[in-house]
Amino acid sequence: MTTARPLTGWGRVAPTNARVLTGADDTTLAAAVREAGPRGVLARGAGRAYGDAAQNSGGVVADMTHRNRILHLDEVGGVVHAEAGVTVDALLRAVVPRGWCLPVVPGSAHVTVGGAIAADVHGKNHRHGGAFGGHVLAFDLLTADGQVRQVRPAAEPEIFWATLGGMGLTGIVLRAALRLVRLRTAWATVVQRRITGLDALLTGLDTAQGPDEHVVARIDLSGPRVRGVLSHARPAATADVPPRHRAQPLAYVASRPLPCPPLPGALLSKPTTLAAANGVLRVAAPPVTTRVLPLAAFLFPLDRIVAWNRVYGRHGFVQHQFVVPPDALDVLGAALRVLAAGPGGVPLAVLKRLGPGDAGLLSFPMDGWTLAADMPAAPSLAPLLGRLDDLVARAGGRVYLAKDSSLSARHMARMYPRLPEFREIRRTLDPQGVFRSDLARRLSL
Amino acid sequence: MMDALGRPQSVLLLGGTSDIGLAVVARYLDGRPLRVVLAARDSPRLKEAVAQLSSRGAVVETVEFDAAEPQTHAAALAPCFAQGDIDLAIVAFGLLPDQRAAMADQATAVRTASVNYTGAVSVGVVLAQAMTAQGHGVIIALSSVAGERPRPANFVYGSAKAGMSAFYDGLADSLIGTGVRVVVVRAGFVRSRMTAHLSAPPLAGTPERAAAAITEAVWRGRAVAWTPGSARVLAAVIRALPRRVLRRLPF
Ligand SMILES: Cc1cc2nc3c(=O)[nH]c(=O)nc-3n(C[C@H](O)[C@H](O)[C@H](O)COP(=O)(O)OP(=O)(O)OC[C@H]3O[C@@H](n4cnc5c(N)ncnc54)[C@H](O)[C@@H]3O)c2cc1C
Repeated sequence: MTTARPLTGWGRVAPTNARVLTGADDTTLAAAVREAGPRGVLARGAGRAYGDAAQNSGGVVADMTHRNRILHLDEVGGVVHAEAGVTVDALLRAVVPRGWCLPVVPGSAHVTVGGAIAADVHGKNHRHGGAFGGHVLAFDLLTADGQVRQVRPAAEPEIFWATLGGMGLTGIVLRAALRLVRLRTAWATVVQRRITGLDALLTGLDTAQGPDEHVVARIDLSGPRVRGVLSHARPAATADVPPRHRAQPLAYVASRPLPCPPLPGALLSKPTTLAAANGVLRVAAPPVTTRVLPLAAFLFPLDRIVAWNRVYGRHGFVQHQFVVPPDALDVLGAALRVLAAGPGGVPLAVLKRLGPGDAGLLSFPMDGWTLAADMPAAPSLAPLLGRLDDLVARAGGRVYLAKDSSLSARHMARMYPRLPEFREIRRTLDPQGVFRSDLARRLSL
Repeated sequence: MMDALGRPQSVLLLGGTSDIGLAVVARYLDGRPLRVVLAARDSPRLKEAVAQLSSRGAVVETVEFDAAEPQTHAAALAPCFAQGDIDLAIVAFGLLPDQRAAMADQATAVRTASVNYTGAVSVGVVLAQAMTAQGHGVIIALSSVAGERPRPANFVYGSAKAGMSAFYDGLADSLIGTGVRVVVVRAGFVRSRMTAHLSAPPLAGTPERAAAAITEAVWRGRAVAWTPGSARVLAAVIRALPRRVLRRLPF
């Protein structure tokens, strides 16, 4: 079924209209691809990308969310086969009680497998755990010729690594096989430290030793010195699980959704209010706390608030996320100062340490520091974001396409040096340019 | 594509030498590559505009366009869209003849009506079709407070602008749900080439101030922009006047 309607990303900016195709099976999807008009076709998952990555104005958008079956779980080998519309949440509910976990999850469990592949998402354990693509064994890709190919990294590395991070522009991922890792309990031991000063925060972020350690810092830029809360989590041992749950330590406790409080947008866009909401400014809190939390509570803190993206009001918001190389500390410091002087007040920001990148041609993660900041969208942000993009590009860093909605084509080409290779593969795979998106139009991908 | 900060990547200016239109384009030029299509008849003034925008980093194209020839509009504008999306189009052409001259010369009156109204309707339809197909776009229609209630001193011009405003107000509503938006600008007296021969009233605006009000309305998603701000009050007063009084207005 096709209905014309406006779409935006999670940031609720720049709506455009598309014909949204829902409920399509493989045959219908292949027909839609073969009969694509001049505005093309694009797959869309849960719409959790912040900008225009999952929009295709004037064309067809294939909503994949109803394709949500888990096809097979190999409980011995630790491999799950799932349709592309299955969410991370659904996968965890299925595999965690059986002692398995996805090795890489992003900060929201609502994203789909297709979206996780298209953005080659990373988690808080990227330093040693790598990105999503490192754990994808194979996927079925519907390409521009209307055929379905099975793509494995060893057999077809070009298509595989163009699709991982390729933002849906190589085709539609229909199904995927994902490698799982063992899990003893569905709980995490989380140590939170209140830290003042950027150097101390960075040192703390650098402490992860293995792929099951998750580290992140929420930082507050409003004062003269950066303050933050460093969270460090590792899987909890059975003995650490709260007694009430110890009999069934693998029972998956998903985040219980709370409706977003009906706060006026103006109130929430004030940095102090936001900071308070994020717990950064709780000055009274002790300097170090250790808690044992359900996995989801630590991994997906924002999922507890339904539709929190509405608090920024009618114009929506941008989440700006960039990464700079490990030694570009001066650039990181300069970027933080630029953000702190922003027109809409000081944004709350999240800082992480990423490890080496993978072979994804447009994959975001690379060795370095990554910072994400939410800001209400406004024309007055233009100079700030422009300055950030300049700084980041000059330092050899890049902006995350899954979050972006303001980058220019010029910066894009500088930040993603493998863009020409990506274009070349797209030309062979999709000579007519069937797969298109607003992101691709904006950035001339 | 329009980005999250409301910045277009391509602008089509119909009436490519309009002062207000060029001021709007200038506001969207901020050092990023902006594709600008100037649709106008060839003139020294057009060449000047091309040179000026190019020197500020815009990638400028020109299209031979005559507002008075509606049968040529579809063919003239098709190539603009064929070369890439048009994110924002400004309908800025218009004639402002002297009222007495227009009443003394039938051809002048007819020409004013056909450029200001028929021409505007014609491009409005072409733009609406092309932008609906691309699934997004903003149309800015430069109309006038003179169209709110035409007066003895300006009813040839005013009646055409009344028609233009009515058409674009209707177009705005008809395009809801298509991804295309329309902003109808009700401009009061703005000092520009078009009004250079007239003596400016006390609250006259400038093209730059008009452009600021217009880009603000685009960002806010408003259907109407008044510029200068006093135009709105003026329009309300004139609308409220009894006809007997209106008839005697000297301006
Ligand atoms: C609260 C929150 C926290 C986040 N945290 C992180 C994080 O920590 N790390 C991280 O990496 N990202 C993070 N993200 C971003 C998110 O993981 C990515 O944007 C992801 O792509 C969203 O998946 P989706 O299913 O919502 O896809 P959509 O947003 O619908 O689409 C995103 C892209 O995927 C493509 N796509 C979707 N499905 C398919 C398919 N079946 N075949 C081909 N292409 C497809 C689309 O075309 C589009 O280009 C976060 C987002 C939110 C809202």
